[in-house]
Amino acid sequence: MAEPLLQLRGITKRFPGVVANDRVDLEVYPGEVLALLGENGAGKSTLISILYGLYRPDEGEIRLEGQPIQIASPRHALELGIGLVPQHPLLVGRHTVAENLALGVGAPLFPAQRIIPQITRISRAYGLQVDPKAQVHTLSPGEKQRVEIVRSLLGGARVLILDEPTSVLTPQEAEALFGVMRELRAAGRSLIFISHKLEEVLGIADRVVVLRRGKVVGGVAAQEATKAQLAELMVGRSVSFERKRQAPSLGGVVLEVEGLAARSARGLEALRGVSFQLRAGEVLGVAGVAGNGQSELIEVLSGLRKASRGAVRLEGQPISANPAQLFKAGVSHIPEDRLGMGTVPSMNVAENLALREYDRPPLARGLLLNPKALEAQARAQVREYAVATPSIYTPTRLLSGGNIQKVILARELSGHPKLILAVHPTYGLDIGATEQVHRVLLEKTYQGAAVLLVSEDLEEILSLSDQVAVLYHGELKGPFPVESVTRESLGLLMTGGTA
Amino acid sequence: MNKPAFRSGRSVFGLRLEYDPSPPARRVGLVLALAIVAAFLAASLIFWAYGVSPVEVYKTLLGDTLGSRVGLAEVLRRAIPLILIGTGLTLALRGQFFNIGAEGQMAMGATAAAGVALFVPLPPPLTLPVMFLAGFMAGGAYALIAAWLKARLGVNEILTTLMLNYIAVYGVLYLVQGPWRGKSLFGFAFTDTFPPQAQLPTLPGTLVHWPTLILGVVLAVLLQVLLTRTTLGYAVRVVGENPKAAQYAGIPIARVVLLVALCSGGAAGLAGVGEVASIHKKLLDPSQITLGYGFTALIVAYLSRGNPILSVLTALLMAVIFAGGDGMKIAFQMPFRVVDVFSGLILLFIIASEPLVNYRLRRKPHG
Repeated sequence: MAEPLLQLRGITKRFPGVVANDRVDLEVYPGEVLALLGENGAGKSTLISILYGLYRPDEGEIRLEGQPIQIASPRHALELGIGLVPQHPLLVGRHTVAENLALGVGAPLFPAQRIIPQITRISRAYGLQVDPKAQVHTLSPGEKQRVEIVRSLLGGARVLILDEPTSVLTPQEAEALFGVMRELRAAGRSLIFISHKLEEVLGIADRVVVLRRGKVVGGVAAQEATKAQLAELMVGRSVSFERKRQAPSLGGVVLEVEGLAARSARGLEALRGVSFQLRAGEVLGVAGVAGNGQSELIEVLSGLRKASRGAVRLEGQPISANPAQLFKAGVSHIPEDRLGMGTVPSMNVAENLALREYDRPPLARGLLLNPKALEAQARAQVREYAVATPSIYTPTRLLSGGNIQKVILARELSGHPKLILAVHPTYGLDIGATEQVHRVLLEKTYQGAAVLLVSEDLEEILSLSDQVAVLYHGELKGPFPVESVTRESLGLLMTGGTA
Repeated sequence: MNKPAFRSGRSVFGLRLEYDPSPPARRVGLVLALAIVAAFLAASLIFWAYGVSPVEVYKTLLGDTLGSRVGLAEVLRRAIPLILIGTGLTLALRGQFFNIGAEGQMAMGATAAAGVALFVPLPPPLTLPVMFLAGFMAGGAYALIAAWLKARLGVNEILTTLMLNYIAVYGVLYLVQGPWRGKSLFGFAFTDTFPPQAQLPTLPGTLVHWPTLILGVVLAVLLQVLLTRTTLGYAVRVVGENPKAAQYAGIPIARVVLLVALCSGGAAGLAGVGEVASIHKKLLDPSQITLGYGFTALIVAYLSRGNPILSVLTALLMAVIFAGGDGMKIAFQMPFRVVDVFSGLILLFIIASEPLVNYRLRRKPHG
């Protein structure tokens, strides 16, 4: 094969507590489509950000045509010939396509007018249909994406990074995009294609590189790869696969969901007829790639969102859309966003532990807070959940991610919850904290709580759950008994295949 | 969440800026003090350009305020509305209700009090209490309009409270020029003078209406207790500091915002009552009643960093500048707006210094 156009050697990037990229080696050859595959948190975004000049690697070297380079900024990346087509277009809606594309690169006088011939030339050459005079806010997602591609090509990109380009497209638009990608490849440009969808990857890519937990775990020629093989690489196969779960003793039905439909914050249909039951002492793991309806499901169950159709019953009673009442009724919620939702980072540990019951005795005496009760509760819970904090009066934002999560666990699980909604409960935590979270959740099930576990970590789902289901495009596949599924079959369901 | 504004670890002249998410109170105080000193230095430039010696100006400023009995009384008089409005705005600030409409709320409070004083027959001992009550309700209700629009329709309260100021001003102007115009004062746009039972006592020989002063200090203490010791105050802080967490915990955000607005507008209304019931003894052109107190009180609230009790002190500081400005106008023939320039500079420097609180300078380690 020819000399690689772009070469990454031993790229390592660390964030506090996480190694996002761990000695990543990657080559991109001229005139190929390289697919980068991996779960959320596998390190794809970090790698792209490094290539696009947003982050600098802690270690390792990047070579362009054999010459070592330092990429200082996105602008510099484009000068070097590396362009990014972002997942969500970054365009000024009220301006025309030409005005957007002239931004920062156009001539000083009449920039939009004078860039139009260039736009027309590029769009003819690669079959990128864009109307330079159209207002951007009137364009479809696919058209906006084409504008972003034109922007990169105007800047002279030889390597084009497409970040989950099909996630916002209809199947027809996606097909059109693949046509453009083939044209670009034929013209000798290199494309880095990021996706979760195995079918697309196999359809368009020449080579596939799989990332898992920051490391490259495999690279295969697309022609020789199968979906099952890629799914296995993506989610990982650990030989020491060990179920942490003891045989549960199941009680009566705690949660009953029937034909549930809900819309997302943007008004799109996010859940389409989801039905399942959950019994006391049972763990239901819901797997799926982010954005397939998990957030909306949890929001409905925790009272943060109203269902548009269907029924949700907690111990036979329809639930109210009020988080405070639901918590009193026994629904605990360990949210995905610990700092943005699960805690008030500027308030101290004791105050954060009081968030759910601040207005009830013993924490409140009438309209007054009882500081002694707050302190006593905080001391007891900090001890029980081994929260490492300098004091119970330390602002929560100063704690590590694991300890913030312990504060949330202590608050949500100290009562006797009937239903625990746990969303990515160990995301970004180290091994010790992860172990503790798992242990506490399982203990609660032995005491009779039902757990709905939403996670992208299949290992976590398989080692904790009794039933497993997959959310894909708002539809729930399953639940299946955990014995009947494998990592590979789940991986296929998560990417739109059938088991 | 505070995000680092500067890239940490960059070094200049062998010194390095380090991000420190939890600054000690001492550094907060130091940065504040330095910001105020810097504002005074910047104001010096303006005085100097105006052809006046800054040293003389500051001498006059201090001498006319803290240096004499008359000056002190003047400072106290100015401090009264600033304490009342400032503590109310401090509460609003904690609940993230950005109330720029204290001027209008104060005018509404003054109007309600005038209405009671002039037109409601009451047993004399009840007149003043009912005036204060009516003033609180009027100011609070006026702020509720903006809060309701925010809670219900998501309308930005900065814009609505600001715009409502103008509506209040012209509404009151209409009253004093039309239906409420006094019979005894031909040709002037005033109401009649309030009857004696509707006038507040003052410290002898001064304009310090001490009942309002006491009311202000009591209110500051009450709001401090409310914020730190009650379940409602807890809810206000959660809503202000992380609305998503408030939603998550099921705290009724709309109700909290309405309540914060009611209290903060009500406090401004009380300030309006105090001014008309003592200094003016009648209702008149509202711009002569509010005098920009509603805006200056924003600085008072901002300086107090969300502590109602501290806002009593910061109100006194701003009152010195307010009162000193009068002296400066007379002594140096400076324009009336010099006070605004001064307080504007102080606010600018304090806001600009805000991010610095979270940094410390370190010698760059070798290697």
